[in-house]
Amino acid sequence: MKILVCISKAPDTTSKIAFTSDKSSFDENGVQFIVNPYDEWYALVRALELKETNGGNVTIITVGNVADETIMRKALAIGADDAVRIDSDPKDAYNTAMQIAEYAKGQSFDLIMVGKETINYNGSQVGGMISEALGLPFVSLASKLDFLGNKLTLEREIAGGIQVVEVDTPAVISCAKGMAEQRIPNMRGIMAARTRQLTVIPPISVEELTSYVSYDLPPVKSSCKIVSADNMDELVQLLHNEAKVI
Amino acid sequence: MRLKLFKTKNSMILVYVNTDNGLSKASKEVVTYAKKLGDSITVITNGNAPNNVLSELGQYGASKVLVDRSVSTDDLQQLIDLVAYSAEATGANTIIFSHDLVSKAVAPRLSVRLKAGLVSGAIDIPNAEGAIRVNVFSGKAFGFVKVNSVKKIVSLLPNSFQPEIIGGNCSVEEYSSGALKGRVKVLATKKPEGEIPLPEADLVVSAGRGLKGPENWGIIEDLAKSLGAATACSRPVADIGWRPHHEHVGQTGVAIRPNLYIAAGISGAIQHLAGVNGSKVIVVINTDQEAPFFKAADYGVIGDAFEVLPKLTEAVNKFKSSQN
Repeated sequence: MKILVCISKAPDTTSKIAFTSDKSSFDENGVQFIVNPYDEWYALVRALELKETNGGNVTIITVGNVADETIMRKALAIGADDAVRIDSDPKDAYNTAMQIAEYAKGQSFDLIMVGKETINYNGSQVGGMISEALGLPFVSLASKLDFLGNKLTLEREIAGGIQVVEVDTPAVISCAKGMAEQRIPNMRGIMAARTRQLTVIPPISVEELTSYVSYDLPPVKSSCKIVSADNMDELVQLLHNEAKVI
Repeated sequence: MRLKLFKTKNSMILVYVNTDNGLSKASKEVVTYAKKLGDSITVITNGNAPNNVLSELGQYGASKVLVDRSVSTDDLQQLIDLVAYSAEATGANTIIFSHDLVSKAVAPRLSVRLKAGLVSGAIDIPNAEGAIRVNVFSGKAFGFVKVNSVKKIVSLLPNSFQPEIIGGNCSVEEYSSGALKGRVKVLATKKPEGEIPLPEADLVVSAGRGLKGPENWGIIEDLAKSLGAATACSRPVADIGWRPHHEHVGQTGVAIRPNLYIAAGISGAIQHLAGVNGSKVIVVINTDQEAPFFKAADYGVIGDAFEVLPKLTEAVNKFKSSQN
């Protein structure tokens, strides 16, 4: 079974979010980058489990610059076999998806897995875009994935519930919570990953359909109004008359 | 005010609305939103909602509703065809969705097929420069996105735009798109009855480890029931299996923006705040007055959830009966 897992870098979940003074870009100063949790915990780990059961190999791919090699080595340390970087500063989701689709074309992957979204841009776009570019079926927000024969059985989130679906490989799957449990790489994995050869390939020329022009931080909340624990009637009145939410 | 930057040669806008469960608030929001962007709004939908229900979308600004009854929401690949064909048939260059589980599967594929830039999770109409505000960094910041292509797709985050009634009912036409069947087969659908879907809920009651165990969730459910609210939880609670994963709100769970979010026994870690700080009003109940959540709250109650919640439920019941 040949699996491609798309990974992206994301600021550590505890990072304080700040922007450059002209608000045109994210201020990376002092920010620790990690593998986007959905890509790592769910897509990558489930891919490794499938490989362990069915044989095959797991390739991770990212679109990014040389600084992204840290997250690529993390993915190798967890257990990926090969790591590919498309040498381009990440642009919009469309550009990223087209870069990955171009690489995947002709490589006959049985499965292409992505996290359901990144925790920095939250667009939930790249997986669907890759599937359309390659003409493959797409299952979004899968929380369970089993593989038998050449069939995938998945559970995916739908409004107010879960749907069980079946699809033949090859397919593109976006992975959500429930798919697998986080794996902590062991020392042997980390050491082995440090010297592994990383494949770097040049980007293709693709337009950007969207661009982020600026950023802003949400307004700071004015101070919290404390209501006595013995006076819940007052809280209800405040919610009704002042906040007007009930 | 009409936004000229979003208008191209025509101002025809196509809105996909899912009507499997009737006219949701989100469907009225997207039609209202579309009307801010253009004059002529065609709604495309699928399924079995009766015509008299669909025609109500006219009140929010739809010029007409097209319905393809042969397409099921279960087949998302077919849904992509449906929207793509109807965009072509109506000549619409702008397509609007609600940012939900259907559009997350459909809009990115449509973006590639039509070469239409996609803005996911819009929370506002385009600004003077034509850029649309979205949440980024899991709700910790805003980004302003511009679409560079002629064709554009926007998915609107539920509960970020109020529906406005501006007219009367519109016509409903049966539409046969000829959308092809997809390759993903649905084997089963499991929907727990009677629960309010979390992303659409106006009111949410949530709890964390402070509740000490799953057996104590009755006081959360009681309050939720009195308010007509959905229930949610923090990540640790979902991870240890006290509550189902789909209730987990936060950076790696569901991001919600209800009108009211009541959190009991949740300290308010930055990852949790990321998923809820789009809420209009936040009430925090915690024994620890130093809990970071109070800094993000509008109203705070310093006290034991086991004592405060039943009292709050009682106060809500009293208030509700006085309203009737």
